[in-house]
Amino acid sequence: MPDHELHESLRGGQMWSRVLRRGQVLTLTDVEGGATPAALFYNASQPLERYNFADTLKAQHTAMLTRGHVLYSDMGRVLCSIIEDSAGWHDTITGHMTRAASLAKFGAGSFQKLRNEQHRDTRSNFLIELGKHGLGKRDIVPNVNFFAKITPDENGQLSWQAAREAGRRVSLRAEMDVLIVLSNTPHPLDPSAHYAPTPLALSIHQGPLTVPLDDLCRTSCAQNGRGFQLTEQLNLGVS
Amino acid sequence: MTPSYREVVDSGLGYSHLVKRGEVVRIVDLEGNQAVDTLFYNAHDPSERYSASDTIVRQQNLYLTTGTQLISSEGNVLLTIIADTCGRHDTLGGACAAESNQVRYALDKRHMHSCRDSFLLELALHQPHMSKRDITSNINFFMNVPVTPEGGLKFDDGISGPGRYVELRAEMDVLILISNCPQLNNPCNAYNPTPIEVLVFPAPAPEN
Repeated sequence: MPDHELHESLRGGQMWSRVLRRGQVLTLTDVEGGATPAALFYNASQPLERYNFADTLKAQHTAMLTRGHVLYSDMGRVLCSIIEDSAGWHDTITGHMTRAASLAKFGAGSFQKLRNEQHRDTRSNFLIELGKHGLGKRDIVPNVNFFAKITPDENGQLSWQAAREAGRRVSLRAEMDVLIVLSNTPHPLDPSAHYAPTPLALSIHQGPLTVPLDDLCRTSCAQNGRGFQLTEQLNLGVS
Repeated sequence: MTPSYREVVDSGLGYSHLVKRGEVVRIVDLEGNQAVDTLFYNAHDPSERYSASDTIVRQQNLYLTTGTQLISSEGNVLLTIIADTCGRHDTLGGACAAESNQVRYALDKRHMHSCRDSFLLELALHQPHMSKRDITSNINFFMNVPVTPEGGLKFDDGISGPGRYVELRAEMDVLILISNCPQLNNPCNAYNPTPIEVLVFPAPAPEN
């Protein structure tokens, strides 16, 4: 395996974080079907700039994420672009479970009883992984839930859509140096009361630093053209 | 019932106020279709704050109205909406900011006043222990942001009108942070930001 490509896998329940350098591409694969990894994103050099789900949705007039969309920070810049996607719908509205919610849904699942098969919850995982970067509770915002599809009816009532084919993939290109935090834990609206999150495969490779003018994500709407301009002003002249 | 407190918040201003458990807050859209960007915090520990996603998940519905419990980041109920003469409020659209206005409208919009600026100034002046880290995704009272079953998001004309209001009962001591939205790029308020009024009613006397 070439050393310019990184491969990792996350067990069900596991968390992970890493700074994805500008131009690097992270591909997530839902190995068995059913993984719904929760994700947070920060500007790695200034984490006070972080993912903003509302700005992401309203800039692109969408309530879900797929290929051609980008993830906006709260400073009008693009953290990551979704450059490939075989799932077609990723959620960023329904957040993540707290420890209390996980206990109520799945029962104790303690370390004392289950050792490293313990039931991990998303918020605790976020706090552990964010803590490694000097971040904490005040830095947690509504997250992305990859591979989760939740649809509203005309009255706003939400329904969980169980699309469970194995091997679904999504690829994210970092548009600046981005701290990404993942928790491969159950989604809050997954109706299953059995704690059984499934594995997630990760791969990372280095792509080009510059994003062409005809790039799909840059051109998918006029707003994104401006978002890329503002992002590139961070990197003045460096290409 | 006579309010124990009332204050008109003019268009474009930030505002913060402590409300005690059991008190009822009424926010009045005085002239109609004014977006009231609002955040709530546990008054004793503002790291516990309003969570748009937990609020949506708890009721499995995107829109806020009578009966909605506003849920904190720790899964606790901050306030409950107990009356609503508008019918629907948004918590997906977030707050406008100088930088997001540049993305949404044009790069030369950066000078325009925004909700995030009002939030930041209000915190700096009156809540000095809080900062941008505490500004999370908010509620937009009186805003109509419908989502389609196909996953589209629209900013529709408002469904509010002059004098419509929402009432919330505080389930713990809460800090309210408001930006009375100054947005001039969006037809939702007819390009005319207007004042709102905040009233607080005392908690009912405990029964013997």
